[in-house]
Amino acid sequence: MSVNMRFGPYGGRYVPETVIGALDELTEAYERYRDDPDFLSELGVLLSHYVGRPTPLYRAQRLERAWGIDDGLWFKREDLCHTGAHKINNALGQVLLARRMGKQRIIAETGAGQHGVATATAAALVGLGCRVYMGRTDMQRQRLNVIRMRMLGAEVHPVDSGSGTLKDATSEAIRDWVTNVDTTHYIIGSAVGPAPYPEIVADLQSIIGIESRAQMLDETGRLPGTVIACVGGGSNAIGIFRGFLDDADVALVGVEAGGEGPAGRHGASLALGRPGVLHGSYSYLLQDPDGQVAEAHSVSAGLDYPGVGPEHSHLHDIGRVSYVNATDEAALSAFLECSRMEGLIPALETSHALAHVRDAAASLRGGGPVLVCLSGRGDKDVDQAGAALGIDASA
Amino acid sequence: MPESGAARLQRVFREADHPLFVPYVMGGYPDIDASRRHAQILAEHADIIELGIPFSDPLADGPTIQAAGQAALDGGTRPMDVLDIAGDLRDGPPVVVMTYFNTVIAQGAAAFLGTAAEKGVAGIIIPDLPVDEADEVREAAGRAGVALIALAAPTTDDARMAEIGASAEGFVYLVAVTGVTGGEMTMDDRLRALVDRARRHIPVPVVVGFGVRTPDQAVQIGELADGVVIASEIIRRIGDAPDAEAADAAVNDFGAGVAEALKPYSG
Ligand SMILES: Cc1ncc(COP(=O)(O)O)c(C=O)c1O
Repeated sequence: MSVNMRFGPYGGRYVPETVIGALDELTEAYERYRDDPDFLSELGVLLSHYVGRPTPLYRAQRLERAWGIDDGLWFKREDLCHTGAHKINNALGQVLLARRMGKQRIIAETGAGQHGVATATAAALVGLGCRVYMGRTDMQRQRLNVIRMRMLGAEVHPVDSGSGTLKDATSEAIRDWVTNVDTTHYIIGSAVGPAPYPEIVADLQSIIGIESRAQMLDETGRLPGTVIACVGGGSNAIGIFRGFLDDADVALVGVEAGGEGPAGRHGASLALGRPGVLHGSYSYLLQDPDGQVAEAHSVSAGLDYPGVGPEHSHLHDIGRVSYVNATDEAALSAFLECSRMEGLIPALETSHALAHVRDAAASLRGGGPVLVCLSGRGDKDVDQAGAALGIDASA
Repeated sequence: MPESGAARLQRVFREADHPLFVPYVMGGYPDIDASRRHAQILAEHADIIELGIPFSDPLADGPTIQAAGQAALDGGTRPMDVLDIAGDLRDGPPVVVMTYFNTVIAQGAAAFLGTAAEKGVAGIIIPDLPVDEADEVREAAGRAGVALIALAAPTTDDARMAEIGASAEGFVYLVAVTGVTGGEMTMDDRLRALVDRARRHIPVPVVVGFGVRTPDQAVQIGELADGVVIASEIIRRIGDAPDAEAADAAVNDFGAGVAEALKPYSG
């Protein structure tokens, strides 16, 4: 089956000529291996015995009562994946692909550090060298993940340009790839970048949606009324949405970073941006009138990105998914409520999806069960969230 | 009907008795007036001027051009300021602007290219617009009379070189190294074979750039190709100069040196 290069008008391959050959090679490899029994069985064994799939579907009854979600609030527990987030689904698949393509070196960008940790983990597992680009700001706010990556044997390369966040790390990773393209596979961490990356990442993450659709039917005998996920580049969201795109009665909601609110800095590319080209694809983008890419802002490093994956832009335009946003403040309070009422410390990224459930509860009520992609756990965020919430370890 | 950008570029290649010298100036670096002056100084020595419009996320550029572009943006440089510099150069050698695709489409490609044409711009280089994505822009550029200059790289295979050659206008910019700007090329068999391969598949002139730093390297490139681009090295010299006057002198000395080295041997 051929790989999607465009989603409506969005996507494409707006990259330097130097890497076009590598994108062709990746496209061919993916077309060849995506249905290859050996590839699928190797990946399948790792997903079940190493990652811990299928991840459970859990009913969050205390939050459900507190927030008034009458038809049930369900979490797809990607936080229980090995390494603590959905990112490993993609990283493992791509590392297996890289090995089949004969690449010796893996590079990645990371914002929250979850994709970096997942890639470092997968590279360690198969014995490939790994370098992760990470903005200086993110290295500070997600320092636990920096230590994890280094323990796993990856080299973490600080990026000082721009605001020292995910956009800058991605640009630097692409420059490395342009320079070392013969030996190196670039594992992009979200459903962004030039084709075929958005399709490969979505495909590898679609296991979230496939599993949770079957689990919802098993547990409740019905489909969810609404599926909600946070959107940085959009990989956990597209992963869960892909399970439900054809179910016209299931409402899909993506929650972007509202940051300081619409008057301040934020990461709400779909709500407040307009189409443009960043990091190889045409998609909604925060930019000024001249096309200079704006600096995003979010309390969560993983949503602090001015772009979004091209499939989301298409789903936004055709109205299949509604994209909303949640502010830093709303996410932080949802983070605490989920921790205290469910005993689950969610990632700050994920907390944006939870904040939307709480704040839109009135309109969700009566609309059927609500399914949230609990994309990751919040261990990485305890420093930063603790500081913001006034919780520390002093006696 | 004024002569099209492609025709003007063609004429420069046809009439030259030496490999063309194509220096790069980053518009707005270190400030707008200085970059205009540097372009005017280089116009005395150059056959074509490559004029950069700074972009926030230049994927094909190494640290030197990145930092210069960021400084230009921090100083408030806007695309129109750089196109105005092109307008000031219209009586000199042809100007080719270099910028990233998002700059071109921000207000619509047709509008951008129309303005560029009004300012006398002969060609445009868009390093993140590979040939397979370029049809619409090439058409808009054609209507405006601006040549869309394609890039080829060491990783471009023969079939793709031919595809690039088939739609090429003005010249093709051949990237000498697998990598971003600001490194250093070495003249070796691999590079010789690359230029040779490009010339076999590409019917328009081939200009080589990325990593060319010295007049000697320019001459080595000139023995094989139709022209040579020097970019990061010029920016480095501007950055190293203690003041504006010294920067102007450094630009002039370097430009004169490269131009002299590329002149045909007449003794
Ligand atoms: C736990 C978690 N959720 C969500 C995201 C956002 O990425 P995406 O939109 O690709 O799922 C991240 C990114 O770092 C993450 O770590």
